[in-house]
Amino acid sequence: MDGFEVFFVEKWPYLATVLMILIGLYGMVLKRNLVKKLIGMNIFQGAIILFFIIHGWKRGATVPVYDEAFGDLPANYVNPIPHGLMLTAIVVSVATTGVALALLSLIYKRFGTLEEDELLRELRAEPAGAPSSGEMASQREDVEGAEPDDGGQR
Amino acid sequence: MSVKWTSRLWAGAGTALATLVSAVGVAAAAGHEMAQAHGDLSAIHGAATQSPDAFQIPAMVLAPLLIGVVLVPALGRLRRSLAYQVTVVVFVAYLAVALKALTTVLAHGTLHYKMAGWMPPVGIEWTLDALSAFVVLVLAVVAVMVAIYSGVAVRRQNPEREVPFFSMMVVMMLGLTGMVMTGDLFNLYVFFEVSSLSAYALMAVGDRKAPVSSFRYLLQGTIGASSYLMGVGYLYVLTGSLNMADVASLLPHLLGNPALTVALVLMVAGLGLKMALFPMHLWLPDAYTYASSTSTAIIAPVMTKVSAYVLIRMIYFVFDSNWVLSDLHLGFVVTWLAMAGVIWGSVMAIAQRDVKRMLAYSSIAQVGYIGVGIGTGNPWALVGAILHIMNHATMKSSLFMVTGIVEMQTGTRRLQNWNGLGRKMPWTFLAFTLAALAMVGVPPTNGFFSKWYLALGLAGAKQWVLLVLLVLSSLLTAGYFFRLLERIYARTGEDVGSGSARVGEAGDGGVREDGGANADGVKLAGASGSGIAGARDPGLALLLPPLLLGVGTLVLGLVNAWFVTEVIAKALPAALRIPGLGG
Repeated sequence: MDGFEVFFVEKWPYLATVLMILIGLYGMVLKRNLVKKLIGMNIFQGAIILFFIIHGWKRGATVPVYDEAFGDLPANYVNPIPHGLMLTAIVVSVATTGVALALLSLIYKRFGTLEEDELLRELRAEPAGAPSSGEMASQREDVEGAEPDDGGQR
Repeated sequence: MSVKWTSRLWAGAGTALATLVSAVGVAAAAGHEMAQAHGDLSAIHGAATQSPDAFQIPAMVLAPLLIGVVLVPALGRLRRSLAYQVTVVVFVAYLAVALKALTTVLAHGTLHYKMAGWMPPVGIEWTLDALSAFVVLVLAVVAVMVAIYSGVAVRRQNPEREVPFFSMMVVMMLGLTGMVMTGDLFNLYVFFEVSSLSAYALMAVGDRKAPVSSFRYLLQGTIGASSYLMGVGYLYVLTGSLNMADVASLLPHLLGNPALTVALVLMVAGLGLKMALFPMHLWLPDAYTYASSTSTAIIAPVMTKVSAYVLIRMIYFVFDSNWVLSDLHLGFVVTWLAMAGVIWGSVMAIAQRDVKRMLAYSSIAQVGYIGVGIGTGNPWALVGAILHIMNHATMKSSLFMVTGIVEMQTGTRRLQNWNGLGRKMPWTFLAFTLAALAMVGVPPTNGFFSKWYLALGLAGAKQWVLLVLLVLSSLLTAGYFFRLLERIYARTGEDVGSGSARVGEAGDGGVREDGGANADGVKLAGASGSGIAGARDPGLALLLPPLLLGVGTLVLGLVNAWFVTEVIAKALPAALRIPGLGG
C-alpha cells in the first residue's frame, strides 16, 4: 500500500470523528430550528464518544474479561477504561439532552415557535429585560392547574 | 391546558442530574471490574498511609453538599420553607469545613484523598492544595451569602419553585466544588457537567426570554465541555493516564508531539468558552440578564471563576507553563484575547441602559483581567489573577444582589429609573457603592490590589502596551460606575418619564398577593415596594448579604497582604514561586 492508502486505511477513524464533529457543528451553527441545533449537539457529542471508543480497541483482542484461552497478556484484551469513561459521557449527553428538551418545551409554550428567526423577531420586539404578561399568564396556569402529586403541600 | 411546564423543566433537570450522579457510581463499578480483570487488585487497593483525620478533609468538604442534595428536596417536600432553611444550614456547614480545610492545608501542606481507597493513577484522587482550598473557601462564602439572600428573593420572585431552586443551587455548588478539588481529568469533566446542567436550569428561571438564552448557553457550554473532553482524550491516548499529577510527570517526555498541542488547544478553547474569554463570551450577556436575580447572583460570581481556576490548573500544574505560554505563544494569544475582552466588556457596559446587563458586560471585562493574569506567566500577574478570583466573586455577587433588591422594591432595573434611589435606600446603596468602588479599583478596596498585582506582573514581563490598556480599562470602568453613582446620589427621582418605568405588564390582579404597583400602577412580579417614589431598604435577610460582601471588599482590601503572603504565595506553581514570599 502506498502512503495515501495507508492514511485512509489506518486513519479513517480520525477522519470519521472529524467529519462527525463538523456535521454536528454545522447543525448547531447554521440550522435555524432549535431542535435541529440540539440534534447537531448530539452528533457532536457522539463524535467525541466514538473517538474515545476507537482508542480502546485493539486488533485481534477480546472483551476485557479474563479468559484462559487468551492468558495474562494485556495486549489480548481491549482497553476497558475508555468504555467506562464513555458510559459516563453518554449519561452526561443524555442528561444534557433532557435539560435541553425541557427548555425547548418551555420555549415552545411561551413563544409558540422553535424557529430561530421567528423567535428572534419576537425577542427584539420586547423591551430588554422585561418579564412580560406571558410569564404571568403561564404562572397563573401553574397555580390553577396544580397537579396534586407535584410540589408537595401548597 | 393545565400542564405545569415549568415544573416539567425542573423534573427534567432533576432526573437528568440523578442519572448523572448514579453514572459516577457505574463508572466506579466499571473501574473496579477492570482492575479485577487484570488481577492486580492488591497492588492498586493499597492501604492509606496519611494520618486519618487530615486526609479525610477533602471528602468532608463535599459531604455537606452531598447530604444537602438529598435533604433539600426531601425535606422541601414535607414543607416548602424547609428547603431554604436546610440550604442555609448546608452551606454554613460547607463554609465551616472549607475554613478548616484551608487552615489544615496551610499548616500541613497538600491533602490527598483516594476515592474508595484506590491508589491514584488508577483511582480517582481529590487534591486540596492551597489554591483549591482558597477557591473552595471563596465558593463557600458566596454560597452562604446568596443562600441567605435567596430565601426572601425566591419566595417573592418564584414562589412555586423554591424547592427545585434550592436543590439546583446545592447541586451546582457540589459540581463546582468537585471541579475545584478533583485531581482527575475525567472526573473534572463530570463535575463540569453537573455544575453546568444545574446552571442551565437555574438560568431558565427568570424573565420570559430566560429559557431562550439558557438554551443558547447550553449549546455553547456543551461545545466547550466537549472540546475539553476531546482534549482529555488526546492526553489519555498520549499518556495512558487521567490523573493530573501522573499526566504532569509523564508530559515532559512528550513535548514537541503535535497531538499534545492539539490537546492543549482543545482544553484551553473549551475552558475559555466556559469562562467567557473574548470572543467566546456571546452566551454571557443574555444569560445573565434574563435569569432571575438570585440565579445570576449565585452563578455570575462563581461559574466563570471556577473555569478560570481550571485553566490555571491546566496551564500551570498539568502542562509545563513555560512551554505553553512561551514556546507555543499561547500566553500571547490568551493575554491579548483577555485584554480585548476587558476593553470590549467595558465599552459595551457603558452603552447599556439596563443595570443588570451592564453588570453582565462588566463580568466579561473582569474575567478578562483574570485571563490577562493567567496568560502573562509572571508570578505577580498570576497572584493578581488568583486574588481577582476572590475579589470579583465578592464584588459581583454584592452588585447583582443589590440589583435584585432594587428590582424587587421598585420594579425597575433601567438606569434612568435609579435616580435618587441612594437617599431612599441608603443601606442598600452603601453596599452597591462599596462594591462599585471595588470594581473601579479605588485604593483601599480589594479591586485595587488585584489590579495592582496585575500591573506589577505586566511591568515585570515588560508588557507596556497591556499595562497602559489596563489603566485605561480602569478609567472605562470608572466611567460607567460613576455615571451610575451620580444618578443614584446626585439626582432626584422626579424627572423620571412616566412611561419609562414600565418593566412588565400584568393586567391581572390577584395572581400574586405581593405584586406591588410602581408609579404607573404597573405591576411587576415580585415587587413588594410601592414603586420608585416609595422605595425603601428591604428587610435584614435581603440587605445583610450584599452589605456584608460590600464591606468585605473593603476588609479584604485591607488584609490582602495576608492573603498574598500566606495563601496565594503557597498556591503558586513551583516554577513561579516568588522568592521571600510564603513557603
